[in-house]
Amino acid sequence: MAEKVLMKGNEAIGEAAIHAGCQCFFGYPITPQTEVAAYMARKMPKIGRVFLQAESEVAAINMVYGAAGSGVRVMTSSSSPGISLKAEGISYIAGAELPCVIVNIVRGGPGLGSIQPAQSDYFQATKGGGHGDYRLVVFAPSSVQEMVDLIQDAFDVADIYRNPVMVMGDGMLGQMMEPVEFKERPKREIPSKDSWAATGLHGRKQHHVINSLYLQPEKLEEHNKKLSKKYAEIEKNEVRYETYNCEGEVDLVVAAYGTVSRIVKNAIKILEKEGIKVGLIRPITLWPFPKKAFEEVTGRTKHGFISVELSEGQMVEDVMLSVKGRKPVYFYGRSGGMVPTPAEIAGRIRAIVGGEK
Amino acid sequence: MAHQEIIFAGFGGQGILSMGKFLAYAGMDENLNVSWLPSYGPEMRGGTANCSVILTNEDIGSPLVTDATTVVVMNRPSLDKFEHAIVPGGLLIMDSDLVNRESERKDIDVIKIPAQTVAEEVGSKKIANMVLLGAFVEKTGIVPMKALLKALKEHGKEQFYELNKRALERGAEYARK
Repeated sequence: MAEKVLMKGNEAIGEAAIHAGCQCFFGYPITPQTEVAAYMARKMPKIGRVFLQAESEVAAINMVYGAAGSGVRVMTSSSSPGISLKAEGISYIAGAELPCVIVNIVRGGPGLGSIQPAQSDYFQATKGGGHGDYRLVVFAPSSVQEMVDLIQDAFDVADIYRNPVMVMGDGMLGQMMEPVEFKERPKREIPSKDSWAATGLHGRKQHHVINSLYLQPEKLEEHNKKLSKKYAEIEKNEVRYETYNCEGEVDLVVAAYGTVSRIVKNAIKILEKEGIKVGLIRPITLWPFPKKAFEEVTGRTKHGFISVELSEGQMVEDVMLSVKGRKPVYFYGRSGGMVPTPAEIAGRIRAIVGGEK
Repeated sequence: MAHQEIIFAGFGGQGILSMGKFLAYAGMDENLNVSWLPSYGPEMRGGTANCSVILTNEDIGSPLVTDATTVVVMNRPSLDKFEHAIVPGGLLIMDSDLVNRESERKDIDVIKIPAQTVAEEVGSKKIANMVLLGAFVEKTGIVPMKALLKALKEHGKEQFYELNKRALERGAEYARK
């Protein structure tokens, strides 16, 4: 068994990426994720890998585009406003079907917002951010250990589907320290990159061209259809979630991800003592969204569902799409960097179960 | 059952974050579940610092401590801010050299230590945080003192180890009073 070390979330992200074989890191500092870049700056040159602080987020994501095109494992990280700047590049990378890992340690928005923890980039991460018909696989860890595991998985998923993968955590996850182990991960079969990576001709006649431009509408539609087929495969194979206390008849089911899901678990324990049974569905992939988990419990939840978020209500829309109007879907959120207490969440749930809508 | 949810609070530079870190290291070595969450927001720019630390043999839910079993304060604004975050029957440890009022709470244990004075007697005002941490560990027994010393040895600066150790011991004496 690997040794447990106490690490800050942001530093653990860096170490996990190194373990996963990340060859290049390009970043630009922004609170609350700066320690990722600082860690990579310290470690990467020592092991003969590339760390580069770009002149801007736009430059950093385009460096990622270039490195990914050459077939190496590459990562960038930022926080909300920085991800907005990277959005154009992310769309290009998705269009060109290149694997990379993008970390977003989310802070309050919109605009410059605040530096405190938030989950208000859910729409940006799962519904686009950049332009065009593309999808990002979005992982949402809830502990430093899970952050480490998912960063490593993210590189595999990115390579298998030739698609960018985002790992999204709120500011708390980046800043907190917890014990972590860098375990041997289950090995997945990674397809060879030889058929597309731009690494020089090596005797071949035909250049590998990496591009997202398709001027002929027939060709672009064909490309879009191909991407859609890939996204359908991802939806079939890569959905991840955790259910907690969802067995049998339940009074209400909470949907929550990241740090919030941990606070919800505390609230569930408070309510358990009062005889109120509350379940939790914790999406680990925000896209593809675990619709099935909601379908499975819809018939057994007396009062329906509530989405609890550090936002004004974003994931709640995916919960509604999954529940398809069969049961009520409520919402409770704090935003701007405010974090709800377990008692606060328990209070809202108590009111719903008590008949207040 | 071992369970402590602690808020350490004071001015930046008093070693607030490092008290929490050493405790978290010690807890991890004792096979407890631990988390350490610093304040990193605008309050830091105002010169105050705090961190939430949890040591428990249960699963850790929220890493942000809102119902503290113990609060350790090293200035008056921190007492004002966190005095009411302590659960009934909980513990308040304060540096009475720097906190110029009594606690209003009647339902908690209060340990007052002139930590600046004690630290200066030991050798440096900079280790007042260790005096308070010593009292905390002695009073709650959440980790053995030797686990904390091990954490200091492995993760602290070696030249301060002996000083820190003496500071912890002096703090522990206050908790025994």
